[in-house]
Amino acid sequence: MIIEVKDLTKHYAGLKAVDGISFTIPRGICLGLLGPNGAGKTTTVEMLEGILRPSSGTILYKGAPLGAEFRNEAGIMFQHTALQEHITVREVLKLFQQFYPHTRPLDELIGICALGEFLERDTRKLSGGQRQRLLLAIALINNPEIVFLDEPTTGLDPQSRRNLWEQVRRIKGENKTLVLTTHYMEEAYELCDEILIMDHGKIIARGVPRELLAEHYKNSILTLPADALPAGFKPDPGSSLQPQGDRMEILSKEVNTSIEHLLKHQISLTHLLVRSPTLEDLFLELTGHSLRS
Amino acid sequence: MSPHRFLALLKARNQEFLRDRTALGWNIIMPVLIVVGFAFAFGSGEQDLYKVGVQGDTADNSRLETFLTTRHIQFIPIESQTDAITKVDRHQLDMLIDVPGNRYWINSSSAKGYILERLLDGSELQKESVSGKEIRYVDWVIPGVLGMNIMFSSLFGVGYVIVRYRKNGVLKRLSATPLTAFEFLLAQIVSRLLMIVAFTTLVYIGTDLLIGFRMYGSYWLLLTVLILGGLSMISVGLLIAARMTSEEAANGLLNLISWPMMLLSGVWFSLEGSHPLVQQLALALPLTHMIDAARAIMIDGAGPAEIWPQLTALTGFSVIFIWIGAKTFRWE
Repeated sequence: MIIEVKDLTKHYAGLKAVDGISFTIPRGICLGLLGPNGAGKTTTVEMLEGILRPSSGTILYKGAPLGAEFRNEAGIMFQHTALQEHITVREVLKLFQQFYPHTRPLDELIGICALGEFLERDTRKLSGGQRQRLLLAIALINNPEIVFLDEPTTGLDPQSRRNLWEQVRRIKGENKTLVLTTHYMEEAYELCDEILIMDHGKIIARGVPRELLAEHYKNSILTLPADALPAGFKPDPGSSLQPQGDRMEILSKEVNTSIEHLLKHQISLTHLLVRSPTLEDLFLELTGHSLRS
Repeated sequence: MSPHRFLALLKARNQEFLRDRTALGWNIIMPVLIVVGFAFAFGSGEQDLYKVGVQGDTADNSRLETFLTTRHIQFIPIESQTDAITKVDRHQLDMLIDVPGNRYWINSSSAKGYILERLLDGSELQKESVSGKEIRYVDWVIPGVLGMNIMFSSLFGVGYVIVRYRKNGVLKRLSATPLTAFEFLLAQIVSRLLMIVAFTTLVYIGTDLLIGFRMYGSYWLLLTVLILGGLSMISVGLLIAARMTSEEAANGLLNLISWPMMLLSGVWFSLEGSHPLVQQLALALPLTHMIDAARAIMIDGAGPAEIWPQLTALTGFSVIFIWIGAKTFRWE
């Protein structure tokens, strides 16, 4: 175990942001921390990063409290970070390189994070994607054993998001431990070996994404436009119906039976969509609200 | 303490400052414009009001009664006759009256002295003359303008910048590295001090070439005052920046400190003759000591023996404020 967390709490005036959670992070995995806004995930991550002091509980890195060793071996990519102004990308990298006793060669880092085209540019003149790549490079500058990525792709266009995922996969390939918080279920599913879902300061589920889904869903989801179903329609026994905006979702126990049932009621299947449940569905079921709301 | 980390941060801070053209312009061009502006506006070196130093008790003095009730003359009680004569010599006092000694002094080259003498006519005092070269207002004001510039640069360049760093996440990013608060603060202090010494020297040379002014003392001593004064002002900035998280609040507080400091530290006018309470208050401001010491060196050619109280005060301010600032500093 690279990180062990025990009975961790954080109180703000009148609010328990993190409420006595315990978990461990095995070496070399990518752990996704998910939760709606205000669930306590950023507070948790900032305590793990050594930025916030816990109200109570312990955090051990390689069996010892967070200290100089941790700061030398951890890489952190914050969600909101300004950099000193009027300095170029190359100068920022050189600055951060001086802070650490052991660092990764700059050329290697520039290659991994694809910084080549804008090395001499003022940090204020970077696009969203370029900026995130620079922040990722800073997080990797000390060749860290554990990397924290706090919502690394929030606000990025789909192309930049996929590029960043590619870079994160390369880091994973180097057997580093990753802790990722994200708003995007797809991102968690793509990148994480394990996920940990938080709500109201507590951990409400933990596991391998595929296994978590299998555990909660034995079924598929059928989606139809709401007006395709007659008023008072009831699905086949064992399945359930839930409205989703202008669509209706049938949580089907067995797809064939559900479809036969629909046909029997002469419902048009023109716009029928059959899909497997996603983490988004699981999340909705566990927390009662959508991740991005 | 790692010299590596300190030097890297010092370099980055210097680059950030030197490449910010607006801040740089503000720090160098503004004081030059002010000094040159004053040189033209107060070219004669005279101010409207007549200033007369009065030594001794004036009550029931029938001979002087008419003169002492003249309007538009400021009568200033004098303790030390020697100091007062020097002031007449430099045109800082237009006349000095020694009531028990039945004497008065004027500067033979001063027009105001001549007019005051005519007003005094008939009081049968004995005339004494001095003939020192006048100190123009610009000679007197230049240490004040340079000191004020250093004050603004230190308070905002350290105080405001650190609060901005805290607000926009630069501090958070730095705190997640092995960098210590001590290394960070030291880099900020040293960077600003280097910049202050550099641009004050530039402004000093520039204005001296443009208008020329009085400098009777040691340049090394003046540099010492500059460094200690700069340090004490930076330490005030540090104190403000230790905890604050709002740029707006920091800006307000910095203005709340800098404006009274500018008005009460004798940048623009001498506090002589002002309310004793104001004079006491002025002593609590580092800028007062810095300007007093710089003026004493430049105008009077004062040596370390004369300005040690100011040097001690500046050192004291620096040590105390930096200590409190560093103790209370928070990254978040």
